[in-house]
Amino acid sequence: MALNTLEQEQRRRARWRLAALLTPGMLWLVLFFALPLVIILIYSVMTNGPRGNIVWRFTVGNYYDLFTRSVYVNAYLRSIWISVLTTLICLLLGYPLALFIVRQPPRWRTVLLFLVLIPFWTNFLVRIYAWQIILANNGLINSTLAGLGLPRLNLLNTEGATLLGLVYGELPFMVLPLYAALDRFDFTLMEAAADLGASRPRAFWRVMLPMTMPGVAAGAVLVFIPTIGQFVVSELLGGAKVDYIGNLIQRLFLRSNPPNWPLGSAMAMVMMLVLLALILLYFRSTTEEDR
Amino acid sequence: MSEGNAIELRDVVKRFAEVIAVDHVSLAIRDGEFFALLGPSGCGKTTTLRLIAGFEYPSSGTISIHGREMATIPPHRRPVNTVFQSYALFPHMTVAQNVAFGLEMKRVPRAEVGPRVQAALEQVRLGPLGERRPRQLSGGQQQRVALARALVNQPEVLLLDEPLGALDQKLRKELQLELKSLQRRVGITFIFVTHDQEEALTMADRIAVMSQGKVLQIGTPTEIYERPTCKFVADFIGETNFIDGTVIEHGADAATIETPDGLRLRGVTPRPVRVGEQATLSIRPEKARLVTPSDARADHAFALPVRVELVSYIGSDTRITVRLNEQRTFDIWEQNTLSTLDRDAYWQPGEPAVLVCPPDNALVLTE
Repeated sequence: MALNTLEQEQRRRARWRLAALLTPGMLWLVLFFALPLVIILIYSVMTNGPRGNIVWRFTVGNYYDLFTRSVYVNAYLRSIWISVLTTLICLLLGYPLALFIVRQPPRWRTVLLFLVLIPFWTNFLVRIYAWQIILANNGLINSTLAGLGLPRLNLLNTEGATLLGLVYGELPFMVLPLYAALDRFDFTLMEAAADLGASRPRAFWRVMLPMTMPGVAAGAVLVFIPTIGQFVVSELLGGAKVDYIGNLIQRLFLRSNPPNWPLGSAMAMVMMLVLLALILLYFRSTTEEDR
Repeated sequence: MSEGNAIELRDVVKRFAEVIAVDHVSLAIRDGEFFALLGPSGCGKTTTLRLIAGFEYPSSGTISIHGREMATIPPHRRPVNTVFQSYALFPHMTVAQNVAFGLEMKRVPRAEVGPRVQAALEQVRLGPLGERRPRQLSGGQQQRVALARALVNQPEVLLLDEPLGALDQKLRKELQLELKSLQRRVGITFIFVTHDQEEALTMADRIAVMSQGKVLQIGTPTEIYERPTCKFVADFIGETNFIDGTVIEHGADAATIETPDGLRLRGVTPRPVRVGEQATLSIRPEKARLVTPSDARADHAFALPVRVELVSYIGSDTRITVRLNEQRTFDIWEQNTLSTLDRDAYWQPGEPAVLVCPPDNALVLTE
């Protein structure tokens, strides 16, 4: 009996400790994540007033517009397309790079990983401006070409420049999870596959790739999510010639005259749902791996 | 190449940067043989196996399998299969998929794969476990999956890298016998690497003892144990007593050494020796005997007066340590062939005795 109450007392204390530890984080999430999300959700079903003010009248018109007007539908499709492209290119560049790093002696591995992370020391915007300098009409590449007597190329303010900037910015987020997955991979399995008659490409497809799929999926999610909402790169390197969702949302909130917060909110909600669906898909794929 | 050799290594050298892992190794392994590469860790035995599998290429020398030169053949086109020390089973595939992998790579017709996989699993007594994942199996079962995965391809030679190393002692003994009878049944040449001399003696038809990249001796288990040709082999295989000295006289196949403390001892010489050479007399503990001073006769290689120092009863044997002089002790194992509780009739510490040994049981060995 006495033992029982002692045990209960201990459990009660453990609960309090847990509560004390969790409260600050929970408060933070509620205040700065859940609450704004709810506000956006509410805005998205309200009506925009004539001066950009919010009229508190329920409507699904914002959502209707998003799915029916080609300017919005196209922005979604374009965003998804460039995100898919960015993710694929990052994967194709990042996998060999991660593999190369993993196969180095431990000392070199640290150095190489460090090099992958070095760009983060400089602000992202500054690095994108640096790309402007490289790509501009009288920039680094073109002046070199001119110096060699070659014709100038139109590089800046193209969709290609946007893609380049996105791949450049996101590549480390692909390399790191791939590195982690490959680091856990037992390379004896590749010898076993070769021993059983698999050429290198077949051993890769049948053994290495399936076994590092969680890394591929994690990298893809990490690259895809920020890319689909981006607006800075397409504006600074793409010259804002075409609209991606990020650009539209930013414009609807900040630049349009009058602004249209409800429509912007609806856009953000739809984008979030698309991402949520993708993340669920990702979790499904990784839990199946564990089964 | 000579007829009937599954594998021939001629003067194979493998260097890794500064280190010579395999140092001028020549081996001829016969068809259908159960061959062991035995040695301490780092002796080059695993590297030798990897050279045969094709995971490494020799720095110099040649390797041929059934007469075909392997220098330019990558591992996936060699007629050998390997059982890895860690088994290296594919964790994302079922047991059956693991076993089917090699057949798929060879594009064996689908209809044929299923029955062959099942037959291979039956062969290692894992018939009903095909749908399991490797990690759901015990160590011994995983080991057998690795065996089935290799054997299903009907390789010309099966390579086994410390195949029982990760298993506990009891399971090991069981699998040693199982592996040996499996090899008899399938008739495939097995080459297996081990650091466990008992395992090598139990399973192998012939053994190559390796040390520091070199093959020191190749022979049957009996030859290796009874007639080691150098001190290292005598020391590595089984237990033995060493008495160091200098050769003072020798005949065609026997020699006498003199120790610094003045003992003169005679033994047979597996390898020729020269007068004045440093040599070691090696006597296995079970090959010497203790007699009472009154029983000592002159027909032994030597009869040395000793004093009993330690007597340990360990069930099957009694292990006796005797003292020859100030510096020197000697171990003798006597089998307990009589069942008696009367230990008082046995040797007692402090008792004087005579250590005797038939001439053939003492070996004079050089480094």
